[in-house]
Amino acid sequence: MNGHLQLILDTLGGTLRDVLPIAVVIFGFQLFVLRQRIPHLKQVLTGFVYVLIGLSLFLIGLQEALFPLGSLMAQQLTDPAFIFGAGKATATPQWHDYLWVYAFGAAVGFAAAIAEPALMAVSLKAHAVSGGAIGVLGLRVAVALGAAFGIVLGTFRLVTGTPLHYYIIAAYVIVIIQTLFAPRAIVPLAYDSGGVTTSTVTVPLVTALGLGLATQVPGRDPLLDGFGLIATTCLFPIISVMGYAQISEWRARRARHLP
Amino acid sequence: MQPFLRPLWDSIRDLLPIILVIGFFQLVVLQQPIPEFGRILIGVLFVVLGLALFVRGLQMGLFPIGENMAHAFARKGSVLWLLAFAFALGFGTTIAEPALIAVGNEAARVAAAGGMIADTDESRQSYASGLRLTVALSVGCAIVIGVLRILKGWPIQYLIIGGYLGVVIMTMFAPPEIIGIAYDSGGVTTSTITVPLVTALGVGLASSIKGRNPMTDGFGLIAFASLTPMIFVMGYGMAI
Repeated sequence: MNGHLQLILDTLGGTLRDVLPIAVVIFGFQLFVLRQRIPHLKQVLTGFVYVLIGLSLFLIGLQEALFPLGSLMAQQLTDPAFIFGAGKATATPQWHDYLWVYAFGAAVGFAAAIAEPALMAVSLKAHAVSGGAIGVLGLRVAVALGAAFGIVLGTFRLVTGTPLHYYIIAAYVIVIIQTLFAPRAIVPLAYDSGGVTTSTVTVPLVTALGLGLATQVPGRDPLLDGFGLIATTCLFPIISVMGYAQISEWRARRARHLP
Repeated sequence: MQPFLRPLWDSIRDLLPIILVIGFFQLVVLQQPIPEFGRILIGVLFVVLGLALFVRGLQMGLFPIGENMAHAFARKGSVLWLLAFAFALGFGTTIAEPALIAVGNEAARVAAAGGMIADTDESRQSYASGLRLTVALSVGCAIVIGVLRILKGWPIQYLIIGGYLGVVIMTMFAPPEIIGIAYDSGGVTTSTITVPLVTALGVGLASSIKGRNPMTDGFGLIAFASLTPMIFVMGYGMAI
């Protein structure tokens, strides 16, 4: 318990440094540019203390739980004894032997995106913008499928060791082509939905998974191959959201033509 | 107590799907016990409690003031101050973003293990904070560009495509070790603190300018904020 206390105190010091800039920005502009007093000063200061303690606890929890969990999953799912069955682990696994890794990636991507609260707000707005053509649930599923596909492709890239930028550039080309044809109102929302899918909880876990995979898979280097999962996870929801909007629009148009 | 339960539930809901997926894989697919189960359980509790406290604290203090200010600056009419505030907001929120702190430290650890930087506490620390400063700087610039876009009514597509071109060009010159972390930093920056404050600024601006639709013009700031860090971090990789 004593070790924990020391850890909490150490982390608190670092956190204070992290939170200070935003506090300076807000208070500085409020007091010196807008020249307004800070309303409910006591409540604001209490909130500030909560932020400090909360962020410290969160960062400790990450080190103790989410990072180890991510690398543990990577390690267990790539264990040759698990892939080939105990005692038969002779060959070096090929990319198609890592099916459970892809399945795990897809499940994490889908589950995290579908439960993301920020996504709920975005889908409600998209529903309103499109005049009801875009369903709230449909959009959330579209984003979640995009995120799941993004992680699977990211892990596939990691396992095969192919350069990340080929995948990203190919996805960019698809995004640009889709932008030309997608309904105009959905475009900014679609671009935003990419960044929204990866929450504070998902990012560390997925990062640890990627680094763990790069450490475990033979021939991969964490420095060169370990990162990039977040990037693909963020990119494919853009494609799936615009695709979903295009399909919805097409169906709405066809329904009008066929009474 | 009541106002505290809501963020607590929210952070449980954030974590629950992931716990379920991991639990399913552990029990059904891998059929292996989790080593150090107690330690991980305590860690998960820390994450849930910490995130709840953090979000509650933001709601009590920074969010209401930040949103008020976003509206006040949008109405004030001084473009220079508005842009200064936009930059400061992007910079300040990104520096404090929990996911970025965690990923920055992890990137420094990997870079040290891979021999890219010296394996001392000091050089890891300076690499991690350099990375975070770079990302924060780039988000600040992104919000400035996004605010200018809302003011001028530029179509978002051209800016995004321009950004993509920037990413592709930088990729050709950046050292291969930085590319992965650079691409990731785009998605990492936009979470708990940045998204609500930045969205408030965008929607507040679009609704106080005549002829702008908050639905279509207010969005897109997050998109810039997840694009510029890629370009800037690759630049950081070339500089060190």
